[in-house]
Amino acid sequence: MRVRFVLSQIGNGLRRNMAMATSVVLVTFISLTFVGAAILLQMQVANMKDDWYDKVEVSIFLCPVDSFAPTCAGGEVTEDQVQEIQAVLGSEALSDYVDEIYIETQEDAFAAFQEQFGEQDWAQRITVDQMQMSLRVKLVDPELYQVVADEVAGRDGVEEVVDQRTILEPLFLILNRTTVMAAGLAALMIITAILLITTTIRLSAMSRSRETSIMRLVGASNLFIQLPFMLEGAIAALLGALLAIGGLWLGVRYIVEDWLAGTVQWVNFVSTSDVWLVAPILIGIGIALAAISSLVTLSRYTKV
Amino acid sequence: MIRLEKVSKVYARGARPALDRISMEVERGEFVFLVGASGSGKSTFLRLVLREERPTSGSVFVAGRDLSRISQWKVPYLRRQIGTVFQDFRLLNNKTVFDNVAIALQVIGKPRHHVMTTVPETLEMVGLAGKEKRLPHELSGGEQQRVAIARAFVNRPAILLADEPTGNLDPTTSVGIMRLLDRINRTGTTIVMATHDDEIVDQMRKRVVELVDGQMVRDQARGVYGAER
Repeated sequence: MRVRFVLSQIGNGLRRNMAMATSVVLVTFISLTFVGAAILLQMQVANMKDDWYDKVEVSIFLCPVDSFAPTCAGGEVTEDQVQEIQAVLGSEALSDYVDEIYIETQEDAFAAFQEQFGEQDWAQRITVDQMQMSLRVKLVDPELYQVVADEVAGRDGVEEVVDQRTILEPLFLILNRTTVMAAGLAALMIITAILLITTTIRLSAMSRSRETSIMRLVGASNLFIQLPFMLEGAIAALLGALLAIGGLWLGVRYIVEDWLAGTVQWVNFVSTSDVWLVAPILIGIGIALAAISSLVTLSRYTKV
Repeated sequence: MIRLEKVSKVYARGARPALDRISMEVERGEFVFLVGASGSGKSTFLRLVLREERPTSGSVFVAGRDLSRISQWKVPYLRRQIGTVFQDFRLLNNKTVFDNVAIALQVIGKPRHHVMTTVPETLEMVGLAGKEKRLPHELSGGEQQRVAIARAFVNRPAILLADEPTGNLDPTTSVGIMRLLDRINRTGTTIVMATHDDEIVDQMRKRVVELVDGQMVRDQARGVYGAER
């Protein structure tokens, strides 16, 4: 009897406040879509870091014959200098940072070059002598590039230290800025959602004040009076969350998986399975929104 | 059943108290008229018993419990022992007679079969058999008040409070309502009825408590409305 009674109360409330309930659903939908998008973007960034930071390395270019760099004043790098640099990289102080070192000789560089550009006309005229010898260093944590660079840069025989990670940075910057924007919009929309849910519950409570006063009179408990209002808010917010999950799923399915992943193949994109990871978070936030709003409103409008 | 000990109620600081050091007791099964002009404190008395208000000083005991010492969440349980009837009936206009009475049982979690048997029983007792499916606006004032009484009594409370239950009814209809309240009283239910309907009070010859400006000026067994008569 009780469950049925509460359910019929909720049904009545939602029907009477149809427009408000719909707006709550829509606002929650939009705000949670932004939240979800922000989370997915961060997942994408993490994905890309995982993939690429494994591959990026620090290149220490050694002095070729005709370099103008001050550290190359002694002409082409000597065997002793190469060994000295390798000793520094292999030293105790850097052992926590350096994972692996290997030497790319002029021949190796030439082979790689030929593989990449060999079919071009101009590449035919390049000889092995023109290639540059370098040390390739794989770091334990690519973010700690600076520590290694500081040790090596400026030594005799080192022309330049290049962190390949810097090539990727602009991309991450864009993704991170987008995340901040999405998160900012999400925060604004969440505030709107809370205000809207609060107003909805308040209206609902006022339009049913006669009913609740009678229920109170015949001894209905606080929870029993407030539960229908809370559930109304929760159901609307939950619907919004489900819509947001659906929207994100469609977005990832058709824009990312079907189109982006087909066009840009060198990136490992987020997939619909990631959307399912985000889903519980969104549902949680939706329910929390409704709960906070209910607590704020109901303690004021439906007191015993 | 109901006991007030030096109860005062002041609504606004500095204002004349709505009730001024009232001490009285209502025994189980009694029928008490609370008489007095508007603003004499009758409604405040009832609100204190329902614990819709707390006294500024003094204590109110209902069914052996000190209302100032029961916690907020137990208040609904107190109200389940008290039925209440008002001058303006306070029915839900979009619900049928049956639903208006059933709500009192539904909100306190009575099982469905209990509701299905008790509500028709009570409606028959108040003389509304066969009108279960009517809406309040399809009924006369007297019938609406009978619905309200049925709602107050369906849970068989120990106490029934009535705040001017005949205030909106013509004399003949009022007599019918009073007969009904008398019947309920005979089942052992304590009734406190606030009124300024002198004819009814004079006819019933029950205990009369008179309030003037928040002070109790008379407590008379088998009394009449005006003391001077």
